[in-house]
This record gives sequence, C-alpha cells and structure tokens, in this order.
Amino acid sequence: MNLEVLAVDDSRTMRDMIRLALEPAGFRVHTADDGVHGTEVLANIAPDVIITDINMPRMDGFGFIDAVRDQTGHRTTPILVLTTEAAPELKMRARAAGATGWIVKPFDPSKLVKALQMVAG
Amino acid sequence: MEDLQTSHPVELLTFELGEHEYALDIMCVREIRGWAKATPLPHAPSFMRGVINLRGAVLPVMDLGERLGLPTRPHCDRNVIIVVSFEETMTGLLVDAVSDIIALPPDALQPPPDAANYGAQTVVKALTLIEDRMIRVLDLNNIVVLSQGEAA
Amino acid sequence: MTTPDPMAEIRASFFVECDELLEAMQDGLQALEDGTDDAETIHVVFRAVHSIKGGAGAFGLEALVRFSHHYESVLDRVRSGELAVDIDLLKHFFRAADHLSDLVRANRDGTEIPSSAGDAILAEMDAHIGAGVPPDEVEPEIEFQPLGLALDLDLDLPALDDLPPAPQFKICFAPDAEMFETGNDVFPILRSLAALGTCDIQCDTARVPALSDIVPETSYLSWTILLTSEVDEAEVASVFEFVEGLCKLSIERLAGSDTTDNPTPPPVSDQVSEPLPEPETDSAEPEQAPQRATPAAARSVVRVDLDRIERLVNLVGELVINQAMLAQSLQGAGLSPHSDAMNGLEEFQRLTRDIQDSVMMIRAQPVKPLFQRMSRIVREASAAVNKDVRLITDGDATEVDKTVIERLADPLTHMIRNAVDHGLEPTHERVANGKDAQGRVTLSAAHRSGRVIIEVSDDGGGINRPRVLQIAMDKGLIPTDATLSDSEIDNLLFLPGFSTADTVSDLSGRGVGMDVVRTAIQSLGGRISITSTPGLGTNFSISLPLTLAVLDGMVIEVADETLVLPLNVVAETVTLSAETLDAIQPGLDVVRVRDGLVPLFDLGYLLGYRARKDSYVDGVALLITHDDGSLGALVVDEIQDQRQVVIKGLDDTLYRAPGIAAATILGDGQIALIVDPSDIIARAGEPPHAKSQKIRMES
Repeated sequence: MNLEVLAVDDSRTMRDMIRLALEPAGFRVHTADDGVHGTEVLANIAPDVIITDINMPRMDGFGFIDAVRDQTGHRTTPILVLTTEAAPELKMRARAAGATGWIVKPFDPSKLVKALQMVAG
Repeated sequence: MEDLQTSHPVELLTFELGEHEYALDIMCVREIRGWAKATPLPHAPSFMRGVINLRGAVLPVMDLGERLGLPTRPHCDRNVIIVVSFEETMTGLLVDAVSDIIALPPDALQPPPDAANYGAQTVVKALTLIEDRMIRVLDLNNIVVLSQGEAA
Repeated sequence: MTTPDPMAEIRASFFVECDELLEAMQDGLQALEDGTDDAETIHVVFRAVHSIKGGAGAFGLEALVRFSHHYESVLDRVRSGELAVDIDLLKHFFRAADHLSDLVRANRDGTEIPSSAGDAILAEMDAHIGAGVPPDEVEPEIEFQPLGLALDLDLDLPALDDLPPAPQFKICFAPDAEMFETGNDVFPILRSLAALGTCDIQCDTARVPALSDIVPETSYLSWTILLTSEVDEAEVASVFEFVEGLCKLSIERLAGSDTTDNPTPPPVSDQVSEPLPEPETDSAEPEQAPQRATPAAARSVVRVDLDRIERLVNLVGELVINQAMLAQSLQGAGLSPHSDAMNGLEEFQRLTRDIQDSVMMIRAQPVKPLFQRMSRIVREASAAVNKDVRLITDGDATEVDKTVIERLADPLTHMIRNAVDHGLEPTHERVANGKDAQGRVTLSAAHRSGRVIIEVSDDGGGINRPRVLQIAMDKGLIPTDATLSDSEIDNLLFLPGFSTADTVSDLSGRGVGMDVVRTAIQSLGGRISITSTPGLGTNFSISLPLTLAVLDGMVIEVADETLVLPLNVVAETVTLSAETLDAIQPGLDVVRVRDGLVPLFDLGYLLGYRARKDSYVDGVALLITHDDGSLGALVVDEIQDQRQVVIKGLDDTLYRAPGIAAATILGDGQIALIVDPSDIIARAGEPPHAKSQKIRMES
C-alpha cells in the first residue's frame, strides 16, 4: 500500500508523530501547519486521505474541511479529524462539516493506520 | 584502564626524568610532541610551565620532574611533552625524554612498598623491573589533580 | 540518515515546541492585560495550552495533561464568551501559565512537582469564576479514549488445537447516499472487515434500477457479509464507526458452527496480529520512506543542534587564527603590499570576518524569552511585597548571543527583584506623593554601536543617598569624613559588602548584593552603570558585547610576554613623564591625568613576571575605566596592536590564574593570555589594606 496523506496540524510535535506513525507503514506523508497552509499544499498534491486538527490558527479544521469539500476534486476525499475530545457532539459536528471519520488524540500508530485503512483502504 | 589487576598485558609508555625511569599507562596518553615555548601563567606554582597551543586548544603544561620534586634540570632538545587525558581534562607533562613502549603481564607490576604511609599523595602506584632497571609507574590521579594546598 | 530513537527526538522537539507555545501564551496573556480585546488573542492562548495538552497526551505526561486540560477548559469558557476576562481572572491565568511552564520544564528535566501546587492554583481559579469544573467530571474525558477501532486482542490465545469453532457474524450493510458525502466508501470498509477474518461477501443488486432510471449519487446497492473471525462483536462494529447513522446496518452473531468443515485460521493480517505498539516502542523503526522533505514552503526555519553550531563557531575561530598566521608569514616573506598575494589575502581577511560575523549571528536569539521570565519575576516579587507593579518591556526582539542570554538570567532576576523591592516605594507613599499607585518597572534592550544595551529602570523614589552614605560609613566601606559626589554615592551600591540582609535587602532578606550582579556582568565582558533621580526613579544600564566568542582586544607586551586587554575597559593611553608622575609612598605612584590623580599599577609586577620598576618615566600606561567610573593606570612595556581575538577558555581544573580571564591564539601560533584589568587591580591592594586602597581609588 502506498497511500498519500496530507496531515494538517499546527503542532509540530503532532505532525512529527503522524509522520513517524505513517511513514514506516508505507504512507507518503505531506504536512501543513494550518488550514490556510493546508489548502496551499493541497493545490499541488492529490492525497488519498487527509488528516486535520481542529484548533488551528488562521483557518481551523472545520474551515479547512469546508474549503476542501468545495473543491470538486476533493468532494469525496476521505478526511479524518484529529480531536482530543471523544464527545459525540464533536464527532457529529465533524461529520456535519463533511469529515469522514475521526481520530481521538493521543493515538497510537496502529490505530491511526487502521483508521486510515477504514476510509481509504 | 586504571586497573592494573586485569589479566590483559599492560602497555606502558616509559620515559626519563633526571636519573630515573618512569612510566604511564599508554591508555591515558593522547600524543607526544616536541617542546614548544609555553606562555607562563601568572603566580602559578613553579611546576606549572604555562599553556601551549595544541591545534587551537589551550593546553596547560606542567614540568613533571618539578611536580615530583626532582631537582631542576637544564632543558635539552630531547625534552618532550606527553599529552595525557584524565577525566576529560587534557594536560601536557614535560619530561626529559621518552624511552619506549613496553607490554607487561599485570603480575609483573608490584605495589610500591610503604605506599600506605604516603596516603593519597603517592604518585607512584606500581613498580616493575626491566633488565634491572627500576621503572616507576605513575598514578595520574595524584599528578594532574592538585590537592587543596597545592592549588592555593 | 537514521536516528537512534525517533520517538526521543520527537519528544525533544515537543519540548522545544512547548517553549514556543508557552511564549505565545505569555504574549497572549500580556496582550490581554494590555487591553487587547480581540477574539484571536484568547484563541491563541487557548490553542497554545491545547497543543501542549495534545503533545503531553501523546507522551503520557499525565500531570501535564491534567493541568493543561483544566486550564484549557476555563480558557474555553472565555473563548466561547461564557466568561469575561478581567484583571483578576488574568492574574489567575498568569499564575496558571507560570505553573504550566514549570510543569513543562519539570517533565522535560524529569523532575517532580507536587500536584498540590497546581491543584491549588486551579482551585483558586475555579473559586474565582464561581462554579468550577469538578475534577471528577474532567477525568473520563481526558483519559486515553480507546478509539472504536481499538483492538482489544487477547494475546494469550489458547493453543490452536483447543480452539472452539471460530464465531461467525452476519452483517447486512446498506449505505445511505449521505454516507458518500462524508467521503466514506464501501470498499475500504469491506477491506477492513476482510482484515478481521474470512469474509464471504454478497452484493445485492436487486434495487439497482434500469440504467435510464439511475439517479446519480443515490445508493442502490447493499451487502451481506459472512465474517468468520475471532474478534468480538464490538470489534466488528468498530469498522462501521464512521458510517454509523449513515447506513442501514445489522450485525448478528451466528450461534451455529456451520463453518467447521471450513476451518479458518486465526486472523493473521498484519494489523491485527501485531501486539499494539505503544508510541514508545520501536514500531517505527526507520525503514525510512525516501521522501522526507515536505512541501512546507510557508516557513523556512531549520532547527540545528547547538553542538553543531559550537563546532562551526570553533572552526571559524580556527580559520581566523590561521588567516592571521598566514598573513604574518606572507608579510615576513617580504612580499610587496601591492602584490597579488597580499591583495588576495586582504580579500580573504574580509571574507573571514564576514563568515565569522554570520556564524556568530546563528547563535543570536531574541531576548524575548528572557524578558518573559522577568515578567514572571515581577508578578511574584510584587505579590510577595504587596505592591501593584507593571512591567513594561521594550525591544524584546533584540538579538543577543544565546550564551549571553542564559548568563543574564540571574543578574537580571536580581535587578528586577531589587527594583520591585527597593526601587519602588510602598503604594501609600506613591499615592501620597501624587504618583500613580501602580509602580512601573521598565526593561529594555537595544543594539547600540556594536554592543547590546539592557536597561532596568523603575519610577520609584530614587536612591536614598543619605542612607546609602550612612550605611557605607557604618560598614567602614568609606572613611566617615569622605565627601562623595552623587554618582559616587550611587556607585557604592556595587561595593562588595555593601548590601547585606539587614540593610538594603531587608525586605526579601536575600543578602545578595549588587556587587554580585556587577561581577556577573563583567564576566560577560559587560559593564553596568547606575543613574538615579530623587523622586523619579533609578536606572541600571548594562552594556554587553554581542558575542562571547570574540573580543576587541589591545595586544600589549609586558616582560617579553604578549597579553591582550579587553578594549572596552581601556579609556586611553598615556605616556608617562617625570612631570606627570608622583610617588605617594613606596609602591604607590600616581599619574596626573588632566585634573585627577590616577593610581599606577605595574602589570608586569602584578602578574609576577618581573620586579617593580624603579622608574616609570617614559613608560606607557593604559587608563582603565572601572565600572564605577573610576580610573586606574596600568603600566605596560609596549602597545602592539588593536584587533579582534578569538576567546579560548582556560581549563582551570589544574590551576586558575588570578587576573586572567581567558586566552587567545595569536598570529604566530603563540598563546596570549587575556587579562581582566579590574581583577588585576582589585588584587593589587590585597592584604594588608585592600579596602582602603580601593576606596582611595574610587573617591
């Protein structure tokens, strides 16, 4: 499997963790620092799946999902939301915004890989 | 490397100071270099010759003979500086001349007599005889580390 | 490039990021205190705390998670408009921020902080905002929430032979159209199911209409899956977690053992059979994907290990020395100054200097984090002495060598505490004098003519000169009949033995004087001066070199030894003549410089290089400015040159030479000692009458 992933998170630590979890599993990982940066990076790549944080400067995760879904090429690109809360309303809000699924932080690498496979097998 | 009681042969660098022959564990010797003019340090004990430029680093040099309390001797061309490393500190030891590198079984070394009487200040930690010559193996710990009184 | 432990590296980088986040948090809180009232500011603070929590969770730093979660939840209430920020709440926020910094550092350094400290801060914050979040409520939320798809594999599987027939699940799955709108798809789900065991998948196409009747983006298909797997029902359901509510789904566990004739091996897909690696394990052994580079065009910052920079700095130092040696030997070879070689050498010299400057700039960092630490000192000190104090910082983007910044922390802390403790009057006194009840301490940094100037000033009552004079006399630091100028009185504060616990530092009782501060500044190659206006305040000004690695030096010769003096302390050079010299007593000569008498010190003698000279007539002396502004004349044999020298540390484990600050390597490869003139002169008068001589110099 050689899936291409775009991970958007303002925390460098989190970006590093995602990279560390996914690259050994054969994913190609691109990262962006916030929603605005994410849309910029997205313009040049065609990821199989997108991972995004919610709380970010400039453009938050919800805004980013909106922006992605507005692009015809990405109407069905799977998007996983990284969230620290497992609260159901947060999941529902993510889904309403167009997210495909969610990952509760902290995650361990195998969970992340599995979640990605569930949406982008 | 300080422990002489191992079964491996001990390699020693032997050198001359005045009439006597001394030795150091080769493991603590970093290099040997010719005598260069040292920059004297103000108010230093007389055995501190000063500092020299060791490839960009500042290396303190002590006259080992004076450090051991031997009578002062004139300089000659054979004088060399043995650069030793002890607990991450590099020190240069000025000696009259280097003689040889010898490998000995550990049991060829014996503790100096009456060592206990001298306490921590014993600078010779072992003795050995080679072709009837007495070689004194020095204890770096008591040479490059100054006691309270000396440092003042 | 492989790294031994990527997790440790990320952990280290997490703490670096924490420092940035803490800085952003402090900035945000400061902005709020300064009256900034936009939504983004509180968002920034919230996000900083939130990100720290996120990272802390990943590394299992529970105390940090707990505290930041609680803090974050209060910030969130402000963010959502539920709570209003006022000065008092901000005070709690600042305290929580300080504690968060402590927690981060403790976790980084592996030290312990009792949780009671944090609990108290949170409890007071909760009490302030009324109904707090009961801690029990917090608990479940911040626990590691196992994701629906967590594999609770029982690793103690019974031996294969004893296995009962593997359970079977019948799954009916019919996606709604909305499921596809969220980016979910059937195929990955089926794949995930297949990964759990053996699947028999039937697709029901009965509802697919004729082609002409098909409505795009409508779901017509449904699936029936027979899954034979060891996993439990929850595990099967977890595959459908993301599509729950977006499809018709039924999962039924079949009781029968119809499939025994078709025995299934236990699931051996890679994802399932591996014991779940915790983040700490080597699950990510870098079988590195080649594309390490990211398209992160937005920022171009590289993080570099400090050791590498140190190495670069040292190498460039070597380069400078080598270049000087080359220049010297070329000159010695008698080349014409206009020859190509000499021209080339000049260019080489210029480039070397440029490289050196650039390398030094790598180590430069803004003083901002240092200033932020000081704002905390102000908060704590002002709370301790019950004064209302506001710290104003200026120029916190000013860049200074990292080492200088680190070594400034202690002296600055002391000065800031002093300013709050002693500089500022008690509130009632300020009010009585018609001043603002809130005292102001200003901390500023600026570059000025190749040096860094850092100033600490307060708008307090100024130095109480009669009292300072009295203390100095009482302590025998000055003769009781001494008449001192205002500036001389102010400078008494720097005298060793002036401030002790029972005098100036009586409020805090630390007993550390300004002489310690001055010594610290001097060891950085800096100077400190003081000015004070009664009723208006006191200002301390520190002047520092940009870097510790290079020194502007004056190369001199004494008793055939070459030495270097820091140029910053040399006020001027004077030629000694019979007319200007006066002998006061044996061993004490003075030179007349304009209207003043300056004591003469023989450097060669003081260093023990030679005996005192009989006569200094026709000699050369350097006027040394002491930090208190007083002068001393240092007699040298010859002045050779003024130049930048690379500072080499002296290993003083063997012997520490008095009056020697460091060493450098000259163009001929010889080592020259760098003299600390103030230290030399201070030692000159040592026993028997050190103090009296020092005062004579200064008054």
